[in-house]
Amino acid sequence: MKENYSVVIFYSTSTAIRAESLAKKDELIVKLIPVPRNLSSDCGICLRFNNEEKPKIEKILQDGKIEYENIYKI
Amino acid sequence: MIYFDNAATSYPKPKEVGQAMLHFLEKVGASPGRSGHRLSIEAGRMLYQTRESLAELFNIGDPLRIIFTLNVTEALNLTLKGLLRPGDQVITSSMEHNSVMRPLRELEKKGVEVKVISCSPKGSLESQDIEEAIKKNTKLIVLNHGSNVIGTLLPIIEVGKIARKHNILFLVDAAQTAGCYPLDIKRDNIDLLAFTGHKALFGPPGTGGLVVGEKVDIKKLNPLKVGGTGSRSESEEQPDFLPDVYESGTPNTVGLCGLNEGVRFILKEGVDKIRQHELSLSQRFITGLKEIPGVKVYGEEQVKDRVAVISFNIKDQLPSEVGLRLDEEYDIMCRVGLHCSPAAHKTIGTFPTGTVRFSMSWFNIFKEVDQAIIAVKNIAEGK
Repeated sequence: MKENYSVVIFYSTSTAIRAESLAKKDELIVKLIPVPRNLSSDCGICLRFNNEEKPKIEKILQDGKIEYENIYKI
Repeated sequence: MIYFDNAATSYPKPKEVGQAMLHFLEKVGASPGRSGHRLSIEAGRMLYQTRESLAELFNIGDPLRIIFTLNVTEALNLTLKGLLRPGDQVITSSMEHNSVMRPLRELEKKGVEVKVISCSPKGSLESQDIEEAIKKNTKLIVLNHGSNVIGTLLPIIEVGKIARKHNILFLVDAAQTAGCYPLDIKRDNIDLLAFTGHKALFGPPGTGGLVVGEKVDIKKLNPLKVGGTGSRSESEEQPDFLPDVYESGTPNTVGLCGLNEGVRFILKEGVDKIRQHELSLSQRFITGLKEIPGVKVYGEEQVKDRVAVISFNIKDQLPSEVGLRLDEEYDIMCRVGLHCSPAAHKTIGTFPTGTVRFSMSWFNIFKEVDQAIIAVKNIAEGK
C-alpha cells in the first residue's frame, strides 16, 4: 500500500525540530527529511506526516505559534 | 583536594555531562541546522533538547526564545549593546560585575545615561531607590541576581514588578543563581535573562545564553554578530526570527550537549533541594568563620539572603597570601582578590585589596566545610 504523505516547509531548522518535538509528544508519526527537490525552502529539512494527520499537524503549528512557509502533498 | 571555587566554574560536574559530550563527538559530530542528513538533524535535535531543558527550568513557553552564547558575558554584551541607544537611560546597581559595568561604561561614552544605584555595605539594594531613579528615557533596568563577591541576593521580584509597572525592560544577570536558586521568568517579570552554563548549571565552559522574553521587540535588539545561520540562505540580510537572528556561526554543540545533562541533573534533583543544601553549607561555614578571632565575614547575616558565595578577610593578612597557604598547605581551592567587580568591592569597603572567597556547590559536603574552618583558624592564629 502506498502511503500518502505531506510535508511542512519551515523557515529554519530549529523551528522544524521544534515542530517535530511537539508532534512526537502528541504521538503523531512524523519524520524530518531533506526538502524534496521539486520544492524550494530556506532550510534544508521539512517535516513529513501522513495526510490524514493534517488537521492535527495544523493545530500543533497554530498552538505553538510556529511559523512555516507552507504545507505540500508529496 | 577540596574545591570551593564554584562561583568561578563548578567542579566536579555530574558524570552524565562528560558522557554526553563524548557521545556527541563519537556518535553524532555533525553541524546542526546546516545540512539535511540524519547526523545534522540529530545534532539539531540535541541542541533543541538543551533549549527544552532550560525552558523547563526557567518556565519559558517557547524553547526557541533561548539564545545560546559563549557565556553570560556575551549574553550581557548582546543585550546592553543591542538595546541601548544614545539618549536612553539605564539603571543598575553598585554591586555589578564588570560584565555589566564595562559594556555600560563603554555605552556611556556614546551618550547612554548610566544611573548606578548605591547598595548598602552588605550589598543589599532598596527597590524603592530604583523606582525613584526612573525617568521618561529609562529603557532598561539591569541587575545581578546574586553577588559574585559576597553572595547577596538583590530583590529582583520587587524590581521586576516596578519594571512592569513602568513598562521598562528588565534584564537579570543570573550568573550566580541559574541552577541553584528558583527562577521563573514569568512570575519574576524578567524580560531578559542572561545565564552561563559552566557554574551552577553544571555545563562545560563555553556555554551560556540569553532568554528573550515576549515583551522584547527583537527588531529593536540588534545582534552582536551576524553571519551564517543555515536559514534564509538565499539572502545576504540577517534573518529576523529567533533564535537564528542572534546565533550566527557554528555553535558549541558538544558543550551544549553537556549543558543539557547538567540541567537535566538539576531538574531531577530539584532546585529547591540544591538550594537547601547550599544554604546548610553556607550557614555552617559562616558560623565557623565568625567564631575565629580576627576574621571578618562580608555580606548579609541571614543565609536566606545569599547564594553560597562567602567572602572574608583575616586581620592583617593579605587575601593572596591566605589563598596561597590554603592551596599549598591545606589543598583547598578558593579565589582571592577583586573578583572582576571593582564596584562591589568599593560598596563593601574591600577595594583594592579584595577578599578571600569561598563558593560552594551541590557536590560539596559538610566535612569539607569543617576542614576549611580549621584551616582558616590555623592561618588566622599565625600557625
